[in-house]
Amino acid sequence: MVSVIKVEGVGRDFTVRKKVGRLRRNAFVVTAVTDLSFVVQRGEMVGYIGPNGAGKSTTIKMLTGILVPSTGELTVAGLTPSVERTELARKIGVVFGQRTTLWWDLPLRDSFELLRRIYRVPDPRFRTNMRTFSDLLDLGPLLDTPVRQLSLGQRMRGDIAAALLHDPEVVYLDEPTIGLDVVSKSNLRDFLRETNRERGTTVLLTTHDLDDIEQICSRVMVIDHGRLVYDGGLTGLHQLGGARRTLVVDLVEPAAALELPGAETVRVEGPRQWLSFPADASAAPLIADIAERHEVADLSIREPDIEAVIKQLYTNTSAWSSPPPFVE
Amino acid sequence: MGLLYAVAHLSFRRYSTYRAATLAGIFTNCVFGVIICFTYIAVWEQNPTAGGYDVTDALTYVWLGQAMLMTVAMWSGGATDELAGRIRSGDVALDLHRPVSLLGWYLASDLGRAVYHLLSRGVAPTIVGSLLFDLRYPPDVLTWLVFALSVALAVTVSFGVRMLVSASAFWLLDDTGVKQLAAVCATFFSGLTVPLVLFPGWTREVASLLPWASYLQVPADLWLGKLTGLDVLAALGFQAIWTVILLWACHGALILANRKVVVQGG
Repeated sequence: MVSVIKVEGVGRDFTVRKKVGRLRRNAFVVTAVTDLSFVVQRGEMVGYIGPNGAGKSTTIKMLTGILVPSTGELTVAGLTPSVERTELARKIGVVFGQRTTLWWDLPLRDSFELLRRIYRVPDPRFRTNMRTFSDLLDLGPLLDTPVRQLSLGQRMRGDIAAALLHDPEVVYLDEPTIGLDVVSKSNLRDFLRETNRERGTTVLLTTHDLDDIEQICSRVMVIDHGRLVYDGGLTGLHQLGGARRTLVVDLVEPAAALELPGAETVRVEGPRQWLSFPADASAAPLIADIAERHEVADLSIREPDIEAVIKQLYTNTSAWSSPPPFVE
Repeated sequence: MGLLYAVAHLSFRRYSTYRAATLAGIFTNCVFGVIICFTYIAVWEQNPTAGGYDVTDALTYVWLGQAMLMTVAMWSGGATDELAGRIRSGDVALDLHRPVSLLGWYLASDLGRAVYHLLSRGVAPTIVGSLLFDLRYPPDVLTWLVFALSVALAVTVSFGVRMLVSASAFWLLDDTGVKQLAAVCATFFSGLTVPLVLFPGWTREVASLLPWASYLQVPADLWLGKLTGLDVLAALGFQAIWTVILLWACHGALILANRKVVVQGG
């Protein structure tokens, strides 16, 4: 395994001036990120999530070199971003969901042509990439349309292709699916998985859409108040913050709410009952207990919703900032 | 170099997409040209040698002014306006991601624009003007070449001024005020409203030293053959010096801006 991104104890403060009185301004130091440390291996697809203002964009900006960290050290593809930004720019691709790298008044094709020259993509490579992207992202019919006439989904496909045109080692995607419909989202995710598999591109993805994470990423980092509060697999995330699974039981006959050790009956509707139990506990003894007392027609288990878990993580954040954060 | 040529070429094509705007602009140039011509005719009837110009010189000057207005982008506009917009929206972050010099990029883009505006908003009103009035033309090929060079330098000087104005957005977030101030200076000191040769006494001396004199007065004097011999070289040198000073200042401003954005946070 080769590590592509190394972040060690990185912090970033901003000085904000606030008006006090007519002419006086006081300077306040706002900490965007503190003591951030993580390593990303080549070919990993990592989800980077956190509420608004948590420090996601600050981190991405430091990783691309357009912000200098106040403390700590970081390297991307063996380079120090803020010092060797231009050199690094040839090795990374960036997509900001809310911005575009494409030229507004020009056909998509011309934007790609300019990028080819900017990044000095060799001709054969450029042709292969264009063909691949046209196929996978269905760009063919759009190439001669001016960017201003493209729909959001079409433009985003163009932007993703633009970011990958020079075969970057690392791609940062900042909310790539923002504002896209279900089909476009799903196509985009397929494309990202495909690219990652074929080229071994390392992907760091920030998003508010947790489906993105569930479907693309094998690893999640959660940042809140500038601190990394979780770093690990998706399954581990489920066990955090007291996540609970739900057992739905259909009894043959309606019965009073079940009272079982280790589980809580949260809802009763005729013969159907909902029991909530800790995500890390086994459902087997619970089911055995129920079967002992009642005749069971059907059973199903609902895994904790990642969204609910994250919500809990965000709201429990005070509990997370004092003890050392959970890092897998 | 190939990249910057491509940037200029695409910029040319971008501006050429908006044909209706170009036609409307040419029409406006012609209307104003005619209005100002009649004003000038009245002035030169009172004083047939005002500022060392005869009435033909004066009328030619009017149409040159209309032709240079957009070519030089006297008031603002062009690639530099885009930069200010991108700073305000934060899109400039994407520009910083590219392994290309920001200054070179925008200069190439603005030159592409200038060529388009010269061929459309420059040539067309001049043809209309020459059909309506009796104008004066450069007498020989050399004067044409010198004029062309002077126009190119006028564009680079104007680009330098506009780029500094736009870069102020890095600190002010909005360059509207600075831009308006710069537009007023440009209108007045370029000689667009009144030729600099009509400025009284020392104001003329001062105005001829300011960068805005490069926009119109210098190219017009070369076109009209008012300058000969070494004076031609001095005029071009004057424009070249301002180009160097302004581009150097832009370069410095962008380094400072970059440091501010990158180190202090945008």
